[in-house]
Amino acid sequence: MESSPRKGFWEAMNSLDRRIIFLVLFVCVAIPLLLNVGAPIPPTAPVQLAYDAVESLEAGDVMMVSIDFDATSAPELMPMLRSALRHAFSKDVRVVMLGHIAIGLPLGHMALEEIAAEYDKEYGIDYVDLGYRPGYIAVMIAMGRDISDIFACDYQGTPLAELPVMTGVRSYDDIELLFGFEHGAVIDYWVRYTQARFRQRMTFGTTAVMAPDAYPYLQAGQIEGLVGGLKGAAEYENLIGHLGLGTRGMPAQQWAHLLVIGFIVLGNLGYFFTRRKG
Amino acid sequence: MGSMGMIIGTWLAGFLTLAILSFLYKDNPFYKLAEHLYVGVSAGYWLIYVAFFDVKPMLIDTFMNETGFEKWIILIPGALGLIMLSRWFPKIAWLSRWPIAFTVGIGAGLGITANLQGYVLPQVQATILPLTGFTVADLSNLILVIGVVTTLIYFYFSKPHKGLLGGGAKIGIVFIMVSFGASFGYTLMARISLLIGRIYFLFHDLLHILD
Repeated sequence: MESSPRKGFWEAMNSLDRRIIFLVLFVCVAIPLLLNVGAPIPPTAPVQLAYDAVESLEAGDVMMVSIDFDATSAPELMPMLRSALRHAFSKDVRVVMLGHIAIGLPLGHMALEEIAAEYDKEYGIDYVDLGYRPGYIAVMIAMGRDISDIFACDYQGTPLAELPVMTGVRSYDDIELLFGFEHGAVIDYWVRYTQARFRQRMTFGTTAVMAPDAYPYLQAGQIEGLVGGLKGAAEYENLIGHLGLGTRGMPAQQWAHLLVIGFIVLGNLGYFFTRRKG
Repeated sequence: MGSMGMIIGTWLAGFLTLAILSFLYKDNPFYKLAEHLYVGVSAGYWLIYVAFFDVKPMLIDTFMNETGFEKWIILIPGALGLIMLSRWFPKIAWLSRWPIAFTVGIGAGLGITANLQGYVLPQVQATILPLTGFTVADLSNLILVIGVVTTLIYFYFSKPHKGLLGGGAKIGIVFIMVSFGASFGYTLMARISLLIGRIYFLFHDLLHILD
């Protein structure tokens, strides 16, 4: 018995080669990137709060930046890291970088050097990279007592006492804000060990995957702001008025989402019709 | 030289990106090569990092530079670290339980207080919200409280989910499903963002067809 043309269509849709979907998705992302069609990106409340937290800093204040991601999350987190560094350096805030994901720290260092050069900031005077020490919890708790207990020197081996940027910076008491960039569970450690115990002000940029896990902290007031995913990065870029990959990627993101929604609808309709007729 | 290094690095990154993406068509030797390279380079990188940012500054340099009590106390964690390696030797593998017990004990002690102080109590406190009023914020508070209570009911297994308990559990399922949907949506967004990052790299850094 032959199947009806309509059923044949839905059966074909249900057994569509996944490589066709990949190809369509590639085209859907590539064309908006090539055409560079812009769209207004108004800030959402969590990103505005993160921006306000950095905005509240004064010249000479210290912002600790934690690199808790690696290359697998770089497309999402690097744009927001660059924006946060631009924001801090534009206000002459001192930046102290460290990280809990060793393999990602060079990415943070590259961004730090790149943005510091834009604002004529000098290593050791305006910013420093402390590097990596193992054991999230031990590092976080030790820094509440004395940073030099755990980071006796920076990533190059220079003792902290010889770095002017660290003058007067001994513990969390001397750090006005922590801005963490997270792709995993380190955010939980920061909040539960550092915010809860030392009342450290903190705000975070996270991958989109991590954002739903971070919202409860924001709602509870444990963190001051949240920049979630590439969309959050685009909002932050617009807030500081320096557009980058976040903003550039938003049209592609929108089209890709529409495509996926379309595929979900088609898939469900196909399932519905083939099941009913079968 | 720096510029030449950058060009070679960019082309290498471009080749590896395409090699990994080629898996979407089907498994092939280029994908295997890129995958194995990634694992090998990551392992090598970790080894160097741990040696120079962990063992050397925190153990060797501390022992060489410190004086008095500080110098000798560092031998205790050093010894515990070495004992951990006893797992390689079956006859004395049981020794490795000591440092593991030490680590578990500290982790549990710190974790219990941190989770209570930094998670359970603040989250419970954030759920105790005013429910009187007719503003949007009050409505949000109401939804949040209903969501928390009904989700907790769903995970209460000491009584059959019938009657009021069953009704509450069904509402809880709705909230859980909404949560799953939000997580799925965000995950999709994340994966598309990664694709955008790679395509941007190919077009901008490799092919120079984007400004």
